Amino acid sequence: MGERLLLRGNEVIAEAAIRAGCECYFAYPITPQAELLEHMAREMPRLERTFVQAESEVAAINMVYGAAAAGVRTMTSSSSPGISLKQEGISYIAGANLPAVIVNVVRGGPGLGNIAPSQCDYFQATKGGGHGDYRLIVLGPSTVPEAGELTMLAFRLADQYRIPVMILADGLLGQMMEPVELPDPIDADSLPDKPWALTGAAGRTPNIVHSFDMDPEGLRQLNRDLQAKYGRITDAETRYETVDTDDADLVIAAYGTIARIAKTVVRMARAEGIKVGLFRPITLWPFPTDALRTISGTAKTILTVEMSAGQMWEDVRLAVAERAETPFYGETGGVVPTPRSILSEVKKHVR
Amino acid sequence: MPRGTVVIDTDRCKGCGLCIVACPQKVLAFSGNLNKSGYNVSHMENPEACVGCGFCALTCPDVAITVYREKPTT
Amino acid sequence: MSVDTAKMTKVFERPASLTDARFTYCPGCSHGIVTRIIAQTLDELGIAERTIGIAPVGCSVFAYNWYHCDAVQAAHGRACAVATGVKRARPDRIVFSYQGDGDFASIGAAESIHAANRGESITVIFINNQIYGMTGGEMAPTTLVGQRSSTTPDGRDPALCGYPIRFSEMIAQLDAPVYVTRQSVHDTRHIMGTTKAIKKAFQNQVDGKGYSLVEILSTCPTNWGMTPVNANKHVAEVVTGVFPLGDLIDRG
Repeated sequence: MGERLLLRGNEVIAEAAIRAGCECYFAYPITPQAELLEHMAREMPRLERTFVQAESEVAAINMVYGAAAAGVRTMTSSSSPGISLKQEGISYIAGANLPAVIVNVVRGGPGLGNIAPSQCDYFQATKGGGHGDYRLIVLGPSTVPEAGELTMLAFRLADQYRIPVMILADGLLGQMMEPVELPDPIDADSLPDKPWALTGAAGRTPNIVHSFDMDPEGLRQLNRDLQAKYGRITDAETRYETVDTDDADLVIAAYGTIARIAKTVVRMARAEGIKVGLFRPITLWPFPTDALRTISGTAKTILTVEMSAGQMWEDVRLAVAERAETPFYGETGGVVPTPRSILSEVKKHVR
Repeated sequence: MPRGTVVIDTDRCKGCGLCIVACPQKVLAFSGNLNKSGYNVSHMENPEACVGCGFCALTCPDVAITVYREKPTT
Repeated sequence: MSVDTAKMTKVFERPASLTDARFTYCPGCSHGIVTRIIAQTLDELGIAERTIGIAPVGCSVFAYNWYHCDAVQAAHGRACAVATGVKRARPDRIVFSYQGDGDFASIGAAESIHAANRGESITVIFINNQIYGMTGGEMAPTTLVGQRSSTTPDGRDPALCGYPIRFSEMIAQLDAPVYVTRQSVHDTRHIMGTTKAIKKAFQNQVDGKGYSLVEILSTCPTNWGMTPVNANKHVAEVVTGVFPLGDLIDRG
């Protein structure tokens, strides 16, 4: 662990990627993640690693696909409209069982939207976005230091499971500055072997990276293998945090920036004698369904709070079913709810 | 003995006819025999005229032709 | 009359870098000729073991089945971006993309231009047969004025669909590329010319010189509605008039 530096979320994600051994970074400028691109533009050439400002987000994700196929740690970053452009490439990366890290610093949408923070890409991240039966591991950091930790984790999980991993941040997290102790760089010798990678077929049969099989039974097997992998990931990599849920009458379900705000709401509510807790998914996929189901056995109300029109809310309702009430409070357009506005929602739902 | 000869892999041949036209010696022609894919495969109609130039093989889109040339005498 | 090949010299056979797989191309399609030339080039330069190919979407989607080398399937149009990613990750490998006119010049236009403009040290093979084969004969950016296709049933009308695009000339405007050439495979002489061009394009990468593009006028007998022999005549007599053959840039 090193010194504590005051750093922006975007910069921390970039620097953590470098320390995680990212060899190749390809991206196109878009607000609000420009600082991530700029950090990589300065630092990657200094380390004799690859930085390419691609001609579009489409090009960038396909460069990531190529570098991933060649067996190196690789990343791209963008924001909502750019992530839409990447969906085909993400499907290819997933279908070809390649590791890659994709950062989405979510902004207001749909369409051009604005550059304020939002959580309106949850469906896109967790329910596909691209075509076909595939999943991404989706990590939702809540603070600037956690953004760095989850970036390191993203590269490790991507390689371990040969899957694209998305860091689902938002414009507020990307722009805000916090004191951070940056993670230690990984030991390059600790990187896993990739015998499947394209390195030139000297002394072995050629490796082909693809996601194509004209034989339906062949493609079915490819899909079955993917689903089995996703089952293993669900069993082993689901992550969440709980705050004061054991005796809570109402549990706020929130992730990312909103979860951080909700921690304040929990304190404020408890100070007024209201038993409130927080359930914070850290992996949005795999969604911590079982943990939330258990909590909904004791809490009377699970209040989902998101900067969206209600996306994670659907997964909360699936997990909770009839065991508790599942109201929703959301803000869209880049409006960030205050602790006071969330607390007043909480009060509407407790006796 | 002709100066050259070719061996056509009739399983690969698709009867496209390009080798027939490429041959400057008019060695090749459609054989009238169908291979198991149903193609009318090429064959050496005038083998004695073959000089082993290889033009047929260069143009064959299925790389079905192997070309031989007589060894030079001394 | 019998001939004993054992007493003769074998002067031509299938290149070692070609697998045994039967090509899935139509009878008489130029793809097969170019594929053989590429395999022969990998043999002659001794580079197959460090070559990584990028396969496109189109008739040559199975390209990775033809060569004894590593390869990756690219999304439609993205081969030049994928090649960029592979080459930047493995700069000492030989990276080539092989694309048709839809892949390279339509959906992939931006990626094709920008890989060239960045001077990516890759070898790009562009098969221009003025039509979309795999999907059933639709208009390509390179389709000739008046040419019938499944989406220009009355012939390409420039008032509606513009003119055939001379993409190599556009790439040749850029400062970075070191070799841009347009070749053809419609007869033996031109096959030999293409062979030299492809060898130069790969040699440039071996020598670390930069970006090379070889556009190859090709036939699509099936969707042109011609025999393979007549399709080659069409290239010789008509297509070369719209897409002139020759080197546009040779800075090697």
